[in-house]
Amino acid sequence: MAATHSTTHTAHEAHAHHEPGFWRKYIFSTDHKVIGIQYGITALLFLFFGFLLMAAMRWQIAYPGQPIPVAGKIIGWLLGAEAATMIPGGIMSPDLYNAFGAMHGTIMVFLAIVPLAFAAFGNYVVPLQIGAPDMAFPRINMVSYQCFFMGGVVMLASFFIPGGAARSGWTSYSPLASMADLTNRVDGQTFWLIGMVLLITSSLLGAVNFIATIIQLRAKGMSWMRLPFFVWAQFVTGFLLLLAFPPLEAAGVMQLMDNVLDTSFFLPSGLVISGQPVDVSGGGSPLLWQHLFWFLGHPEVYVLILPAMGIVAEIIACNTRKPLWGYKALVHSVLAIGFLSFIVWAHHMYLTGMGTKISTFFQTTTMIISIPSVIILTALFLSLWGGSIRFNTPMLFALAFLPMFGIGGLTGLPLGFNASDILLHDTYYVIAHFHYVVAPGTIFALFAGIYFWFPKATGRFMSEGLGRIHFVLSFVFMNLIFGPMFLQGLAGMLRRMSDGGAAYSLAQNPGIEGALSDAIINLNKGVSMAAWGLGLSQIPFIINFFWSIKHGKKVPSDNPWQATTLEWQTPTPPPHGNFAVEPEVHRGPYDYSVPGAKSDYSPQNQPH
Amino acid sequence: MEIPYTVTPRKDTGLYNAKVGIWLFLASEVMLFGALFSSYVLLRVGASFWPEGLLNIPIGTFNTWVLITSSVTVVMCWANLKLGNFNKARVYLGLTILCALGFVGIKTVEYNDKFTHYTIRFTNDVTAAAFLKEAYGNDDEATRSGVFANTYGVPDSKVVAKNKELPPPRFLEITGHLEGNPHFVTLKKLKAKNAETITFIPDALNQGKKEKGAAPDAAHDHKKVTVKMSELVYLSAYTPQRNTYFAIYFTLTGLHAAHVIGGALVMTYLFFTGRRWWQKAPEQYTNRIEVAGLFWHFVDLVWIFLFPVLYLL
Repeated sequence: MAATHSTTHTAHEAHAHHEPGFWRKYIFSTDHKVIGIQYGITALLFLFFGFLLMAAMRWQIAYPGQPIPVAGKIIGWLLGAEAATMIPGGIMSPDLYNAFGAMHGTIMVFLAIVPLAFAAFGNYVVPLQIGAPDMAFPRINMVSYQCFFMGGVVMLASFFIPGGAARSGWTSYSPLASMADLTNRVDGQTFWLIGMVLLITSSLLGAVNFIATIIQLRAKGMSWMRLPFFVWAQFVTGFLLLLAFPPLEAAGVMQLMDNVLDTSFFLPSGLVISGQPVDVSGGGSPLLWQHLFWFLGHPEVYVLILPAMGIVAEIIACNTRKPLWGYKALVHSVLAIGFLSFIVWAHHMYLTGMGTKISTFFQTTTMIISIPSVIILTALFLSLWGGSIRFNTPMLFALAFLPMFGIGGLTGLPLGFNASDILLHDTYYVIAHFHYVVAPGTIFALFAGIYFWFPKATGRFMSEGLGRIHFVLSFVFMNLIFGPMFLQGLAGMLRRMSDGGAAYSLAQNPGIEGALSDAIINLNKGVSMAAWGLGLSQIPFIINFFWSIKHGKKVPSDNPWQATTLEWQTPTPPPHGNFAVEPEVHRGPYDYSVPGAKSDYSPQNQPH
Repeated sequence: MEIPYTVTPRKDTGLYNAKVGIWLFLASEVMLFGALFSSYVLLRVGASFWPEGLLNIPIGTFNTWVLITSSVTVVMCWANLKLGNFNKARVYLGLTILCALGFVGIKTVEYNDKFTHYTIRFTNDVTAAAFLKEAYGNDDEATRSGVFANTYGVPDSKVVAKNKELPPPRFLEITGHLEGNPHFVTLKKLKAKNAETITFIPDALNQGKKEKGAAPDAAHDHKKVTVKMSELVYLSAYTPQRNTYFAIYFTLTGLHAAHVIGGALVMTYLFFTGRRWWQKAPEQYTNRIEVAGLFWHFVDLVWIFLFPVLYLL
């Protein structure tokens, strides 16, 4: 129960007699399950919004300079007075393209995937899996969500201020970020920084809570090596957020000072913009921003992927009806990744001129970190061997995760070597690489998680038929989007160009060696159509999600997937306080098909 | 089920929940300040010129002592609670809060000094030399080396800095106060007000006690000099935008001061709700003081690093 000191004890006693009202129960709730769902719904909305930004940009990439049908008018209407410069006549201006691009990245990473993977699933599942009644600090948990929500509001509001949203990329490199909008004192970048400080605060509070919960609130008998792999993944993710985010917060404060108070932390001496020397003291270091940003930025990649691996591991163990292959190796690998992810960040900066010795160091660590990643992927693949696999929707998504993440991971190696990175840096190849990791990788794992735990949260299954349609269409379109980008990148097409590379095309530069051929440029159209197709293929999911809450097939028992972990040994949906009786753990997390057992699964709380 | 270990420690970890929480939080704080200290190092290493001796060491030393004292009193508060002496503990808690307020008060005075302290630079060598003559009666080598020799903007500034040469007079940064001690005046603001002259009270010369490039004595000899606005190319208070040294100084100490104020607020809350809390749940109250104390020690520790880095180095 949410009582951390005696004054709330009385509140708790009052609780016991009557149900809390709507506000206490759904909006200002301290229950980890409600907060998890709050995070989940908000993050899914942001995921959709982030996708819409990209859908609009894809038009500009495929048909540069042509007005966007229908959506152009809507965006213009939404932007109000700014529309005249941002989207004149329904044609997306480069400034708006940059703003949408920067915000697509920011929203997808910080407002969609992290809150969904870490906060939503972590909040809902972790306390249940370790047999805890709630998180260690329920009210801090609530504040964490509120900070996240406010950060989201600030980010959204920034679209509508004079000058529009931040437009210097999600990485916000200085001095560009401080100089992108010289007419407005408080510009999109200022909003971006304030929003980020709120989001960082939120994830800091969340991380402290998760780690403390996992250390302190494990049920009796739940020793470290009996933790489900998902809990381990969240534990390491918590540490990444705890330790990697503060340097970005420091950097954010400094860039905020640069923007608002005219300091020169990241502004070098002798800065000249449009032929005018900039009136600042100078003496700052643009490279410092990049170091601080990527010190977060790279662990952040693992924040995006580790919870996804955790979800996939749970689903694979349950649906192959056999223990995970190499549980110990998985745990040690995830710990190794957590540690190593702090010393690989500068592989994003090979082209900055930071020096070949430093590049060599980071190239080496980058190659080393691929080892534990490959161990995890291999162990998950091997877990399938000899299993009697149940091909339900969550399992389909989980299975698709494996090759998709594999493609994303392996195509990262040429980017980790600084010789090959010089050619590939800032091209569509990079975009394809990290989207393979995060979109068909992490997002598929998240879908798998939603289909898998939905019956626990609602007491009803999601529709299998709609789920399969959703899966097949998403799988096809994801690959049609990101596959061709590898080719475009290898052909030298750069990212962040609002005309989709037209300015460097052979059509506009006849006879120039290395200009982008028609075939490469025309891929843009196919990719854009696939992107819109991907949007449409989410309709079955949206229908399925809402329809199944009320009308889905009812679960036959509290443990409809016949799983072993503790979250399935609670009432459905779990009540406030989670467990009717305090669970006691007697065995490891994946006792499937134990020889001699009565059924093919032995829950963790079942005595030997 | 109730959340366990909110007050009593868990057996295998030996900690209650809040203590785990605060240690994790402090780990994150270490990374926050660590990033800022790293930024300090990188900025300083990359700078062609880094000002020294601009802060008042006796005041800084006194403030260090105030903060260390508060760390002692907060432990005394906790120890007395452990012994069951609530009234004594309350006195120590009060003393800790007073120390925090004292620290912030002194810091405010220091900030105020900086915001009313100005640097000016002249358009050319002739007007600069004329000013030195009027202000100090001379513009020889000794006078020039007694004012603040910044090398920002000097062509070949790295060579000048390395050889400890004096830059040409127009690059000399002459420090002092404006008449009436206004805050945050800038050239832009003065021009907007159509001011034609300013009255400048230059600082006393640094009598060669320190190296060239060190700050002159902040004490001024009350000589007022009228300077035409048209002769000035630069005027700025000691504010964050003046140079990266002040930028990082104000950011580090400002963030630290915010932590001091935050800690003081928590302890004030614990002070005023203490008696009722102590009667109801003494063990839990003691834990809260311990957790607040751990945070307080961290804030103290940050200052122990800040003081030498900013004041002495």
